[in-house]
Amino acid sequence: MNNYMKLEFLSLSQNEAMARTAAAAFVAHLNPTMEEIADIRTAVSEAVTNSIVHGYRGTSGMVTMECELDDERVLIVRIIDEGHGIADIERAMQPFFTTAEGMERSGMGFAVMEAFMDSLEVESELGSGTVVTMKKRIADNDER
Amino acid sequence: MGILISRSGNTVVARLEGEIDHHYAEGLRNKLDAAIADEYVSELVLDLGSVVFMDSSGLGVVLGRYKTLAARGGRLSIINASKRVERILRMGGIYTLIERNDRRTRA
Repeated sequence: MNNYMKLEFLSLSQNEAMARTAAAAFVAHLNPTMEEIADIRTAVSEAVTNSIVHGYRGTSGMVTMECELDDERVLIVRIIDEGHGIADIERAMQPFFTTAEGMERSGMGFAVMEAFMDSLEVESELGSGTVVTMKKRIADNDER
Repeated sequence: MGILISRSGNTVVARLEGEIDHHYAEGLRNKLDAAIADEYVSELVLDLGSVVFMDSSGLGVVLGRYKTLAARGGRLSIINASKRVERILRMGGIYTLIERNDRRTRA
């Protein structure tokens, strides 16, 4: 049976560390490598930061993180917000593109998620929010 | 997130430790900017040896300080970055910028 957990938290930056730690803890029993753990922590941090900075833009709202783990050791993480949404997803996903020019954002969030996870999907609707779905398979001991 | 700053001549060394994410980025940015506010500072050395986590928010801080220094003809260097941290920095092209700037300064 797939394992599942759901975490809901306010869009405050101090929750970024909690979210990435929780996602890493969710797969800890699979004995992931340090590298896999760091990949998951970084990707989750990027997605949650996007929800806080771009989704809610300094206003408060709820961010939901869902983690699912299937029998094939594939972790599925969904970061969901009900914020502003993304006007042009394709453009937003291009490296170095940022709408927050004055804030010194690097524009590398989606590029990092894409590089560190096996897959990345972004669904968004202006005015309704954004759902980021990322998947990563945790290698088995004998595959390493 | 901790930061230890020392200055010798016109070089400022900032030793960072802990996790650099969006939450800590602003405080870090302010401390680094204060440390290099004096226009005579021509080099900022970021010692990332004790940084255990960094995401693209940290990259934004490094890129921003690079721009400040480059604009005044100074330089930024990064030392002791772990492979993880280096990977993020490399994705953001910071090493390419630093090398290009160093070549220009030497020329």
